[in-house]
Amino acid sequence: MQPGPDTQDAATPEGRYVPGEPCFHCGEPLPDKPLFAQVSGVPQPMCCRGCQAVAQLISDSRLDEFYRYREGPGPRPENQELDDSWAVYDRAQLRDSFVITLPGGADEASILVEDLRCAACSWLIERTLMGVNGVHSARINPSTGRGLVRFDPAATGPGRIFANIAWLGYRPHAAGSGDWEKAQRQERHRALRRLAVAGLGMMQVMTFAVSLYAGAFQGMDPWVREFLRLVSLLVATPVAFYAGGPFFRGALRDLRGRTLGMDVPVSLAIAAAYLASVWNSLRGTGEVYFDSVTMFVFFLSLGRYLEMMARHRAGNTADALTRTVPRTALRIRNGLSERVGVNELTTGDLILVRPGDSFPCDGTVEEGSSGVDESLMSGESRLLVRNVTDRVLGGSTNVTDPLRVRVDTIGQDTVIAGITRLLERAQAERPRLAQLANRVATWFVAAVLVVACLVATFWSVHDPALALPITLSVLVVTCPCALSLATPTALTAATSHLARHGVLVTRARALEAMSNCTRVIFDKTGTLTDGRLGISQVQTRPGVSAELALGLAAALERECAHPIASAFDAITNVEPVQDIRIVTGRGVEGHVGGRHLRIGHPEFVAELVAEGGGPGWVPGPGGIVLGDDQGPMANIELQDQVRPEAEKVIRGLASMGLEVELASGDRESAVLALASQLGISQVSANMTPEGKLALLRQRQRMGDKVMMVGDGINDAPVLAGADVSVALGSGAALAQSTADSILLGNSLWPLLLALKTARGTLKIVGQNLAWALAYNAVALPLAAAGMVQPWMAAIGMSASSLLVVLNALRVSRISDDPKPSTDKVVV
Amino acid sequence: MSILLVLIPLSLLLLGLGIAAFFWAVRNDQFEDMDSPAWKVLLDDDSRPHPELPDEIGNKSVNPGEQRIGERK
Repeated sequence: MQPGPDTQDAATPEGRYVPGEPCFHCGEPLPDKPLFAQVSGVPQPMCCRGCQAVAQLISDSRLDEFYRYREGPGPRPENQELDDSWAVYDRAQLRDSFVITLPGGADEASILVEDLRCAACSWLIERTLMGVNGVHSARINPSTGRGLVRFDPAATGPGRIFANIAWLGYRPHAAGSGDWEKAQRQERHRALRRLAVAGLGMMQVMTFAVSLYAGAFQGMDPWVREFLRLVSLLVATPVAFYAGGPFFRGALRDLRGRTLGMDVPVSLAIAAAYLASVWNSLRGTGEVYFDSVTMFVFFLSLGRYLEMMARHRAGNTADALTRTVPRTALRIRNGLSERVGVNELTTGDLILVRPGDSFPCDGTVEEGSSGVDESLMSGESRLLVRNVTDRVLGGSTNVTDPLRVRVDTIGQDTVIAGITRLLERAQAERPRLAQLANRVATWFVAAVLVVACLVATFWSVHDPALALPITLSVLVVTCPCALSLATPTALTAATSHLARHGVLVTRARALEAMSNCTRVIFDKTGTLTDGRLGISQVQTRPGVSAELALGLAAALERECAHPIASAFDAITNVEPVQDIRIVTGRGVEGHVGGRHLRIGHPEFVAELVAEGGGPGWVPGPGGIVLGDDQGPMANIELQDQVRPEAEKVIRGLASMGLEVELASGDRESAVLALASQLGISQVSANMTPEGKLALLRQRQRMGDKVMMVGDGINDAPVLAGADVSVALGSGAALAQSTADSILLGNSLWPLLLALKTARGTLKIVGQNLAWALAYNAVALPLAAAGMVQPWMAAIGMSASSLLVVLNALRVSRISDDPKPSTDKVVV
Repeated sequence: MSILLVLIPLSLLLLGLGIAAFFWAVRNDQFEDMDSPAWKVLLDDDSRPHPELPDEIGNKSVNPGEQRIGERK
């Protein structure tokens, strides 16, 4: 299909542009003769046919407001010529896996869209789909990329829907059955409803409580007082039992499992305060504590809601796999290729994998030779050359040349599925941290129950009439409100503090683990390095300056989509190239400023010299050679770029008293070079995912609490098994879904803040617990002796809870200075 | 003070309505996406018809077809 309106014939607006200006649509550098598209009547420069066509379409469809409101450049549309391959999603077997028929005849497809950058993107997709014949409705969630499209199966199909999304430059996927998604949505809905009941109920009960307090000082008709108490009872009941339901269920589960978790004291507090209030309001004397009950339930529910939202935002394993392994493949039969669903493939089938595509399954190369990117699977940063009879892995990417692959294993038997199982097992076996608050609460609850029993026995012997009120006041005074609020409020404050500074904490217990950890293990590729190639060293022949050589190299590489070419992106102002020829797997050839040049493999470059030629270079791993007809001009070494902040972050960690270790799947020379540059002394290279996990287990057996920082699929199992794990926001979705926290900003700086905040938070939790215990130690004997007036109990309980909450808020004052002086890190 | 006997039940009625409205909103996915509605106010102009897509994009026929290898590079 010819992409978009043909601008060659149309009176092409030779628009103006400023040299160095990026492409209007995708933000990438413009070529020397940019194309133009009319957007809102103004010619805007475009870098390629694809961008031009998409921009023209957006403008012609009168959706050009997209450009006014988007928050970042659009994705560069790729593989435009492949879009009839989307028709494979209309094949029955594949279609059934993500399309359901709704009652009433319409079909609904669950999709997952990659590369969404902001709300304007989802709007653009929704509006475009609504313009397709037969589509009833389209909704895409910009934060998760999940979407539902309802359509008339007679008029259109998933293939056309996918083709349209792809046409705009976004990558659609079939989103599977969506069971997980549905379960998560229900969980969110339940939590929201509970939060609303708790919040609104709390506000109502507070107004009644204020009237009652005012009445206590200024006098109040007894019937009004009675009436207000009964109304409070009415409102507080659903708050305690509907909104507080999860606490009671959790407590019941704990008791059945013969443990005393945090839910037990929480339920005890709610039940004791609620029952005492009910008893008192029914008999008309004594104090009521409905305001405390509702406030307590609301604050706890809020904390749990925020934690759940962070967990849901991190995504799930199923979605992550969907993004990594393609669902379709090009099957070759009798010399014909046909796009089919991966679930239609069987062992022994022959498939064609084009450059830029991911392998849908594990297989053996049957024909061809190509560079393959396995960095997400193994941490290996170079392209690996795969020849006939070599093995290729599902989920890795074919980069340079087409390959014909014989299918060996599909689905559950592939290496990537094995890695997924490994991480699930690691997650299940992860060391359970007995949380500080839990340990304290366990003893505390046991003690309170024993004391309450003793008090009840004592008073029923001495003065049976007083037995119940005094026992209740013991339970209320010692109500572990402050104790149970001590940890969650501080954790909630810390979580939101960190989220504002680029660290998403997806499991609240991560903070406690972080403050205790003694050792940090880093992955290399993509974690300490940023995963992009850069120029590390240039050697030139005499008479050729490095600038000249790099300028010529950049001119040639600019026309090429190979990953190596991106290393030259930083060099602008290059001369135009004539007669460019790209030889896949070997290099690029062209004329620049009258010179006949070649860049790429040394032999390819050497062929340019008629006879003899100058001294050749043998480039190191990842290096390339530039040459003209006089022989090689320059040897350009390319290396994965170290993150600029990595060294300071590692020194910061060391000065906080942490051991730093590097474990990488990359080859030894590259790993050792990086380690000595960053000053890391403990290094392991050539690690498989199993090897990394074994190293982790060994460290844990030696008594270390390990924090793992990684980004790749090969890191996912070890991330899942570590005491606490941090994934890079730029890394694999699978790694993010298994980590306890995610660094969102594509930088390592927030790691230091996260550790400092974690330690500060634990200190505040300690203070809170100490206060709560001290308060109880004083109040309990007084209450047991019957010396505490009910109103004192009420004030004491509220004041101690309030103090704990206010103290927790101090967490957000922990310094967010991202560049601490390396010698002195204030903890 | 006996007006309280009317006013307080009335306020409870309003509370019930508020909670019912909130439950309805949750059930209808009003809280699922908190980011894009703010943008859609700016982006969507209801008076405008749906986008008119060029035929070759919006309604082109997509044939599941076989193709010769090497036809596309």
